Amino acid sequence: MHYDLQPLLLTFRLALVVTVILFALGLPIAYWIVFSRNRFKYIVETLVSMPLVLPPTVIGFYLLIAFSPKYFLGHFLGSLGVRVVFSFTGLVIGSVLFSLPFMVNPIKAGLQNFPLALIEESFCLGKSSWDTLRSVILPNIRPALLTGIVMAFAHTIGEFGVVLMIGGNIPKETRLASIAIYNEVEALNYDTAGLYALILVIISFCILLAFYYLNRKRLNIF
Amino acid sequence: MIKLRFKKEMQTPRGKELLDLDLSIPSGEFITVFGESGAGKTTFLRILAGLTQPQEGFIEVDGEIWFDSLNRINRPVQQRKIGVVFQENNLFPHMTVRENLEYSCGDKSALGTIDEWIIAMGLKGLESQKPDKISGGQKQRVALIRALIRQPKVLLLDEPLSDLDMHSRLNLQDEIIKVYQKTRTTTILVSHDLSEVFKLSKKVFVIDHGKITKSGSPQEVFVNNDVSGKFKFTGEIIEIHKDGVINILTLSIGNNVTKVAASDEEIAGLTIGSKVIIAAKAFNPLILSRL
Repeated sequence: MHYDLQPLLLTFRLALVVTVILFALGLPIAYWIVFSRNRFKYIVETLVSMPLVLPPTVIGFYLLIAFSPKYFLGHFLGSLGVRVVFSFTGLVIGSVLFSLPFMVNPIKAGLQNFPLALIEESFCLGKSSWDTLRSVILPNIRPALLTGIVMAFAHTIGEFGVVLMIGGNIPKETRLASIAIYNEVEALNYDTAGLYALILVIISFCILLAFYYLNRKRLNIF
Repeated sequence: MIKLRFKKEMQTPRGKELLDLDLSIPSGEFITVFGESGAGKTTFLRILAGLTQPQEGFIEVDGEIWFDSLNRINRPVQQRKIGVVFQENNLFPHMTVRENLEYSCGDKSALGTIDEWIIAMGLKGLESQKPDKISGGQKQRVALIRALIRQPKVLLLDEPLSDLDMHSRLNLQDEIIKVYQKTRTTTILVSHDLSEVFKLSKKVFVIDHGKITKSGSPQEVFVNNDVSGKFKFTGEIIEIHKDGVINILTLSIGNNVTKVAASDEEIAGLTIGSKVIIAAKAFNPLILSRL
């Protein structure tokens, strides 16, 4: 049986990079959605949740068009020497967009359920919004943050449609585990496909198991 | 001196009502704001703190303008230098007692006073406990220190004792008097407990349906002047029992329960839970023994 660990390593590298970017993006977006009084925030909320209902191929298709050298954005990036389609960068952009609700929604729920009275108390003690977020809100919504991180990571591992559309199937560059499984099945290499699938199942199970165990313990802290 | 006048529309169980206040409080005074639920007491404190914005008005504290709707001035809550203790203690659950106090300290000089406060308020030994491991009275003590440690210009107390049992409540009332005498911080207490008003403050403002209806000393405001009793107590009716032609009222006064007789006219409009003042004239008590 021929097998290659490259697709698995690439998958986890992608999941890690995407989770870090999503955490940096998801927290301010969730905070803005919950605390902003902007009456157009529902539009942003809707856009963030779109990947939950759209087929992944739709997002992949639009990204492919947007970053195609034929059109403005792709052409502009191409002139700077940046190639997005069929590259690791493209995989990261597609995955960030596609997993955005999995990071934003849990954090949003954590912020919405956080008692306003504690935030006001912190303000009354002279603390800024940033101090309050860092010292009061974030430590108390750790279960929601952990949920966002784990869900974004796990969801990125399980992606197929978006990454196939924008990344294609280039060995060592864009061939992820999920695409490699599809490839091996097409070539009738069921043993190799089965090995990749089993490894993904075991790793995903372990991540979720650790998450639920940790979250249970965390919730008991307070 | 605190000068304030403002208008704010409030949502109450009776519908929309206008909170329309105009009052002055000399610096260093301890005053209470008394009124029923929904009268506008908490909204008043929230407006002073900067947590709620009035539709129009003017707030000046010790010469600093905190709010002026005409000149579009609205000093953020963080810059008002207030101390607040709410009814539900808002201690941060993930911080220990000491960490809650440290979080409040703006500078190192305040940090140095933490131990002094902890000892003075009887919290020694609890510094490393999380709020869920200490009693309701202890939590409110921590909340009181946390509000005072940053030396606020005004201390706002929003029914801080109403969730406590009688014993803790009386103890904490004494603590509040003690810290007020020590710091002389201008203090505004919101309360609907008459005995608390009488015990703690020299001046009371009564708010009813968004307006100040009476102000003065608790005696002037709540005691009918044509009664000059040698003994006067405030109490709460806990039972009304008809016995022949008279009514027997069971009253809770401080930690004691007593019964008094009353005519039908006297109890008209009174129900269980009503706060009353009982006075006795020409009464010479016998002191039987020292307790």
